[in-house]
Amino acid sequence: MNLEFSPEEIAFRDEVRAFIRDNYPKELIGLGSREDLTREQFLAWHKILGKKGWSAPAWPKKYGGTGWTSTQRYIWSEENARVDAMMPLPFGVSMVGPVIYTFGNEEQKAKHLPGILAGDVWWAQGYSEPGAGSDLASLKTTAVRDGDYYVLNGQKTWTTLAQHADWGFFLCRTDPTAKAQEGISFILVDMKTPGIEVRPIKLIDGTHEVNETWLTDVRVPVENLVGKENEGWTYAKFLLAHERSGIAGVARSKRGVERLRSIASQETLDGTPLIKTDEFARKISQLEIDLTALEFTELRTLASEAAGKGPGPESSILKIKGTEIQQRLTELTLEAVGNYGAPYARGMMKDGTNEIGVGPDYSNFSADNYFNMRKTSIYGGSNEIQRNIISKMILGL
Amino acid sequence: MDFNFTEEQTMIRDSLARLIKDQYDFDTRRKVVASKDGWRPEMWAQFAELGLLAAPFSEEDGGLGGGPIDAMVVMEEFGKGLVVEPFLQTVVLAGGFLRAGTSAQKEDHLAALISGERVFAFAYAEPKGRYNLADLETTATKDGSGWKISGHKAVVIGAPWASHLIVTARTSGGRRDAKGVGVFIVPKDAKGVTTRDYPTVDGRRASEVYFENVTVGADAVIGDPSDSLGLVEKVTDHAIAALCAEACGAMKVANAQTVEYSKTRKQFGTPIGKFQVLQHRMADMFIEHEQSISMTYMATLKLDEDEVARKKAASAAKVRIGQGGRFIGQQSIQIHGGMGMTDELAIGHYFKRLTMIDSEFGNVDHHLKRYTELSAADVAVAAE
Repeated sequence: MNLEFSPEEIAFRDEVRAFIRDNYPKELIGLGSREDLTREQFLAWHKILGKKGWSAPAWPKKYGGTGWTSTQRYIWSEENARVDAMMPLPFGVSMVGPVIYTFGNEEQKAKHLPGILAGDVWWAQGYSEPGAGSDLASLKTTAVRDGDYYVLNGQKTWTTLAQHADWGFFLCRTDPTAKAQEGISFILVDMKTPGIEVRPIKLIDGTHEVNETWLTDVRVPVENLVGKENEGWTYAKFLLAHERSGIAGVARSKRGVERLRSIASQETLDGTPLIKTDEFARKISQLEIDLTALEFTELRTLASEAAGKGPGPESSILKIKGTEIQQRLTELTLEAVGNYGAPYARGMMKDGTNEIGVGPDYSNFSADNYFNMRKTSIYGGSNEIQRNIISKMILGL
Repeated sequence: MDFNFTEEQTMIRDSLARLIKDQYDFDTRRKVVASKDGWRPEMWAQFAELGLLAAPFSEEDGGLGGGPIDAMVVMEEFGKGLVVEPFLQTVVLAGGFLRAGTSAQKEDHLAALISGERVFAFAYAEPKGRYNLADLETTATKDGSGWKISGHKAVVIGAPWASHLIVTARTSGGRRDAKGVGVFIVPKDAKGVTTRDYPTVDGRRASEVYFENVTVGADAVIGDPSDSLGLVEKVTDHAIAALCAEACGAMKVANAQTVEYSKTRKQFGTPIGKFQVLQHRMADMFIEHEQSISMTYMATLKLDEDEVARKKAASAAKVRIGQGGRFIGQQSIQIHGGMGMTDELAIGHYFKRLTMIDSEFGNVDHHLKRYTELSAADVAVAAE
């Protein structure tokens, strides 16, 4: 047991650090991972990484992955977080990509994987429905076979950033007589197909991050079925487990703690920097300690993955603790800025204006960020669902 | 980066687990704890025979060439079995100080420690000092070539079983000064040492130890008698990491027994483990245990880093384990219901041990404060 990086790993770190320094788009610096960026801004770094062959480090090498060890992937995410880099969106690289290379046929792999790696094709996730949230298997969208086509009808919701999407992956019921989990299929859909309508949902932080997606007699070629008909639930669960590993967001939260420290050094209470007051300083300490526990839990998970075990139910810990920490971070940041948490919700700022924010720069959007992060304990299988997974899969209850 | 155990470490774990299973079951432990001596010297001899007492020492010190990870493995198994014998006090603490000793001290004490002949206790706490290692009213004054020690040491765990005490005492300066802390090896039968022995709530034995003009030679001093607070902090950080490992072992068993109980205990016609409110509670207990393991690895692996990194790691781990141990302990009792309150079941004894681990070498509040102060110092250094 040891924590040291080998000389090769240190050389690797220096290499990726230099690559990020020399290639990260200057116009993205400081934008972080906000929800109101343009399609081009979202994809700029992804496209550069695609050319370099680094856009999907976790994929097997034969499908375009990097072949990096778990330690190298850890270094990679640390180095990107240092500059608050806008990482490739998860829908292609972390979600549908692994499903396609694991369960898809050769034509599907050849057709879709290159676009995901290059950042040319934007994917949307068609899972949740108005009546199917945590109880995803109760979904009602149907796909009815008609010759060489499936005809899709129904409504999906929370389709994140679908306003930019080229393709979507949809869970549809293909056998209405089967039990809930059986009879679901995993279907790839070109978002330009007639009958698809994407309507924006405005969120409490003013952003247009998610959508309702309506499907009316959408005709999809049967070759877009992934794997076997009626076995989509298996692929859906596989995808969720993949989504969870990496969801911890340790490197990014570390940057968040640094930022919080900096804000708390500039804010004052009775003439004393907030960070020097016992009460606030200890809140930061507790957060940092919890983050350390998460970091080492993730490292242990990575090590066991490297030993050949796939992401297991333990990844639920990373989801629960990772999101709790992300939420706590925005909560403390909002506390730290005091009165200047109030001005200007993000949605009120007009596009294209040069209007500057009220109060110190670091206070801008701190309330919106806090509001927005409440989503993290709801998405990807709510934290309550994660506890169900732990109690059933690990504790055998 | 690597989280694997060596073959030797796995062997230690397996053979110790077997020994505890065969000879340290809960009923046996209960009898031992209630007996006149409260421990089994013959068990200590078996630990020596298994190589546990030698494992964390270098070969040149007469050990097996291991280190803190070997101690971690032993302590985790001890935690599972609620073992009372003073491995922490003798091997981790006294052994930690003796590593910094002279070759004569090693020759005299370390060999006897490793063979199991000599058992130690660490007399550092004082009635009013709480967790501050420098808050010492016990004094050591120059006496010819040697020293004269006077004072009162509080709750010295394992002292009734020990032949020798490692004692911290003030050699100069004011009561809480960082400078002027010395460390001494004192035979418990030295003239002027008296003890009041008692059992602790978690099945161990401890003493109030009184020193009245106890004279020791110059060879009793470990390190620099005028400036050894750094050594004391370092060795106690090793002890904190080891205690965290013990807590992990106790948490593991407490969680397993609670989950098992919830599968058999029926109310409203169904096993209580089917109730989601309890399932989620037990999921949280599982998470606390996993995070405690992570923090124990982290603290143990950072024991050799620079001083600030080591201290922050030890404090961070002690905070998380204190909080996790309290949660797991309390909820284990809650889910066991009335049965959890009985002395008959093991679960209450795990609860008691986990509760006491929090207050050993500084509780959650103490270490959150220490971590915060170290972070501020860290930032100040970075800004310079």
